[in-house]
Amino acid sequence: MRVNLHVKDRVAIVGAGMTLFRRRLLETPRELAWEAVRQALDEAGLTLRDIDCIVTGTAPDAFDGVHFNGEYLADGAGGFGKPVSRVYVGGGTGVMVPIAAWWHAASGHCDTVLAVAEEKMSPAMPHPQYVFAYIWDPILERPLGPNLIWIFAMEMRRYMYKCGAKKEDIALVSVKNKGNALDHPAAQAAAKITVEDVLNSELLVWPVNRLDISPVSDGAVALVIAREKTARRITDSPVWIEGVGFTLDNTHWYNRELAYPRYVQYAARMAYRMAGIERPWKEIDVAEPYDPFDYKELHHIEGLMLARPCEAWKLVKEGYFDRDGELPTSPSGGLLGVGNPIAAAGLMKVAEIFWQLRYEAGKRQVRKPVHKGVAQAWGDLMQAGTVIVLGN
Amino acid sequence: MASEGKPVNPPGTYLKRQDLERLPGIIRYKPSARYLFAAGQALSRFLKGLKEGKILGVRCPVCGRVYVPPRAYCEYCHAPTSEWVELPGTGVVHTAVVSYIATDRSRMEKPEIVGVIRLDAPGYREDSYEFAGLFHKICGVTPEQVMDGSVIGMRVKPRWKPPEERTGSITDIECFEPVEGGEQ
Repeated sequence: MRVNLHVKDRVAIVGAGMTLFRRRLLETPRELAWEAVRQALDEAGLTLRDIDCIVTGTAPDAFDGVHFNGEYLADGAGGFGKPVSRVYVGGGTGVMVPIAAWWHAASGHCDTVLAVAEEKMSPAMPHPQYVFAYIWDPILERPLGPNLIWIFAMEMRRYMYKCGAKKEDIALVSVKNKGNALDHPAAQAAAKITVEDVLNSELLVWPVNRLDISPVSDGAVALVIAREKTARRITDSPVWIEGVGFTLDNTHWYNRELAYPRYVQYAARMAYRMAGIERPWKEIDVAEPYDPFDYKELHHIEGLMLARPCEAWKLVKEGYFDRDGELPTSPSGGLLGVGNPIAAAGLMKVAEIFWQLRYEAGKRQVRKPVHKGVAQAWGDLMQAGTVIVLGN
Repeated sequence: MASEGKPVNPPGTYLKRQDLERLPGIIRYKPSARYLFAAGQALSRFLKGLKEGKILGVRCPVCGRVYVPPRAYCEYCHAPTSEWVELPGTGVVHTAVVSYIATDRSRMEKPEIVGVIRLDAPGYREDSYEFAGLFHKICGVTPEQVMDGSVIGMRVKPRWKPPEERTGSITDIECFEPVEGGEQ
């Protein structure tokens, strides 16, 4: 049953574009944004003149090394002389951008909106991980000298303990996603690897090895979003934004059960309710759960209610989430395979569902017929859940 | 159906590290920013407690939740949390990991064990989603014990620095160590 939501108009995605995802790109952040926008507009058969509003997203400014990075990107994103806003929820930003673009259009305020996400992580030296030192609480956490991977390792360890999963079970996600990425033209970390390769890669913070993690990336992604009447004029196959959900939990991640992401579930419930989805595990045909780490995909599959808590790792073993499986997840190759330019990575997931629902994903097209898809991102200190449901 | 698939020819110019170094006009820049953080209403008192060898929490007068680390207000009720409680400091390990890398991703000489401690606090069921707890180092256990799972659920207590070395910091607790004779 759909909720009685007061929106002025239905909203659709009508075009998508993206740059290569790579460890080091020559292009500046604004050039990357411009390249992605240009491709998205070309795909929609539009020019910048047809666009009313711009929503941008980029994660911590410290990566690009420029404060007010949203404004810095604005002209590259096509925002010169137009209403531009930037949204930010850490890693959740990539999916928050099209959510914000949705309300720009659904409210009737803008007829066409560009949703643009960019990230350039490579300039930070000696390693971008160092920049993450500044997201920790200065009073209680920084004095302990943490590395960002600690928090993921702690969550992964708790998931393993609570759910009885082993490292080799979780490594299968990395094998699947890096394999899927072999068919993605923008992919940075596509590879045919085995579980042993993951287990034998550099041990960073047990239980996390090098190949359990997505790479450091530069890249940008853009979507063109339009209200129904305009969308139907632009294309015969618009992909509708049917549900959006977003929530934040508190910053005290060490005061919560780490084995289950309730903030993702809250956001998912909000999005499913709006989309009229009552049994997501049956009604969703294809999903792009956020996978900066391999266990995170399992965690998020469970938060999205596509599997019961603690059961996603068993289903991965059965091939349930493969591209030709019952419920394909991360058919793009995900962050593990395509790359992880933070905000752009989340928007890449939305673009993938868009291409899947238009049957335009080429070799990556999932085998089953698709009607509804979900993309999700997560961000901040185990806090932010952002979810978008699309339908064709 | 296009067999090629979208995206078509994604743009971008990949650089190897040495290509980047050879580019004209490369800028090397190191920001210099210094901060002096105040700990705030609730944490200042908590840190003073640490200096005295006590772990303090606050109780919400409306819903009864006990917060460690303390907050000035209840996150659920938004009511001021005025009632302070002293905890025994003991607890169980919620999760534990072995770190081989430092903050800047350089390899550590000696691996470090860190985790989340679920503290003994009134008002929380054993399996509740929320709990009073701290993120800290764990000592007195081996990496092998972390890996074989025997550390999770282990009863631990704080190992305090000697009083004269305490400064009112989270590091006044050196680490959490197993309670001798404590059950698993």
